[in-house]
Amino acid sequence: MTRALPVLTVLAGIVAIWYAAAVWMNATWIFDQAERNGQTVTWAEVIPQTMDQARPLLPPPHQVAAELWKGVAGQAVTSKRSLVYHGYVTVKGTLMGFGLGIVMGVLLAMSIVRFRVMDMSVMPWAIISQTIPIVALAPMILTLSSQLGISGRDVPKAIIAAYLSFFPVLVSMVKGLRAPDQMQLDLLRTYGAGEGATFLKLRLPASMPYFFASLKVAIAASLIGTIVGELPTGAIEGLGARMLIGSQFGEPLIMWAALFAAAILAGMLILAVGVVERLARARMGVPA
Amino acid sequence: MNASANATAPVIEAKGLNLVFQTADGPVHALKDVDLTINRGDFVSFIGPSGCGKTTFLRCIAALEHPTGGTLTVNGMTPDEARLRRAYGYVFQAAGLYPWRTIAGNIRLPLEIMGFSKAEMESRIDRVLELVELKGFGKKFPWQLSGGMQQRASIARALAFDADILLMDEPFGALDEIVRDRLNEEVLKLWARTGKTIGFVTHSIPEAVYLSTKIVVMSPRPGRITDVIDSPLPKERPLDIRDSREFIEIAHRVREGLRAGHQDD
Repeated sequence: MTRALPVLTVLAGIVAIWYAAAVWMNATWIFDQAERNGQTVTWAEVIPQTMDQARPLLPPPHQVAAELWKGVAGQAVTSKRSLVYHGYVTVKGTLMGFGLGIVMGVLLAMSIVRFRVMDMSVMPWAIISQTIPIVALAPMILTLSSQLGISGRDVPKAIIAAYLSFFPVLVSMVKGLRAPDQMQLDLLRTYGAGEGATFLKLRLPASMPYFFASLKVAIAASLIGTIVGELPTGAIEGLGARMLIGSQFGEPLIMWAALFAAAILAGMLILAVGVVERLARARMGVPA
Repeated sequence: MNASANATAPVIEAKGLNLVFQTADGPVHALKDVDLTINRGDFVSFIGPSGCGKTTFLRCIAALEHPTGGTLTVNGMTPDEARLRRAYGYVFQAAGLYPWRTIAGNIRLPLEIMGFSKAEMESRIDRVLELVELKGFGKKFPWQLSGGMQQRASIARALAFDADILLMDEPFGALDEIVRDRLNEEVLKLWARTGKTIGFVTHSIPEAVYLSTKIVVMSPRPGRITDVIDSPLPKERPLDIRDSREFIEIAHRVREGLRAGHQDD
């Protein structure tokens, strides 16, 4: 309860501001309508009307919640209108990209820590790669992969997601694998330990706290990458596509519902990573 | 103790040992013309101020540093060969236990690397835990133990694979006086029980005199040996031996040696 109270207070504040903003923004349309019809309306009449427009400028929270509920529970999960279905498509892309990103990040970090040449040659490019806007890159990756004869969007989406998610893993793992100090390395030397043993017994376990910290960033980045990968024209599946459809067909409720579905999904994914982290920490003897 | 036949066989022999580090501020003479013989079963302390090369010399024996001149043999081999044959266990100033391994897991670490069988590992872990009086703590994680207990665990880790030389680099430097006294007593007991050759770096005069059969006094810039004292104290040493006349005389000689080294500055 002591933990929930501050969170709920902030939430209440956000909802209040949101309602106020919804009234203010949606009122414009009502005043315009009234003026066109030569009528005058009072604020008392306007406020209820800002709460249930079909195409509000800013839908109030309860409308978004209702649309979200309709999308999650009001359809068969296989329906093209179901947010569960679109969410599943997005999660699939996210997890594929996440997995690919982890593998890429860890392998690159291993070679960077092991080989000085890799450190000097690859690291700058890894940093530059993150300065390219992903919205510019995503359509190119999609076009390129269809040129290469890869059907469907799963692979290019995973590549886009991995492009964003490998970086935090790489940076953290480079730091984590270098975390053991000279004394710990000397100790293994006195045992006559080779490079393989040093890596497995010391560097890898020492890097785990860094690894898990990076996973939370990586999973969020992967979700963003997947959604961006779903935006370019032609996509019909996934939360990204749903947002685009909502915006293109002037259905703000669809867009907002998809947006919140994505936010909730991100929260769930980060929670899941947190659970895995807690299990790993318990196994590694970290005091609770 | 081992057979008395090889009680005086040299285990570590240094002749004209030199080590010069090249640094940005020019060469640093860490060790200059060091001659020293350590026999089997000796308890040798290295004492001196910071920068006198005591730790560097220990690291040379362990093949963690490589001399730039002179000869150094460990068990008649080069230090590198001796290291690969696991001739010594090394105890650092910090316990350096892996926080993600239990105490038993930490002691298992060198055994895993050296490829002991599972049953052998477990029996060795039990034996060394008993030796350092940590029986029953095998399943604890390092953070659950006090600093003194952690250092005992690190000694157990160095003992686990039965090296006949134990090299200790200020192992109790970070511990308080009371814990230190107790651990000193325990190290002596351990030494009596195992008959190992021990190299012990310290900057405490009482510690050096209390523990050693041979005290090597060193001085800095360049790091060198100024005095080697063979202790006349008996092998059996209760803590109150530190109030005896002989003890005070040796301590005095060590202090004199340290002062002489400093006057060269």
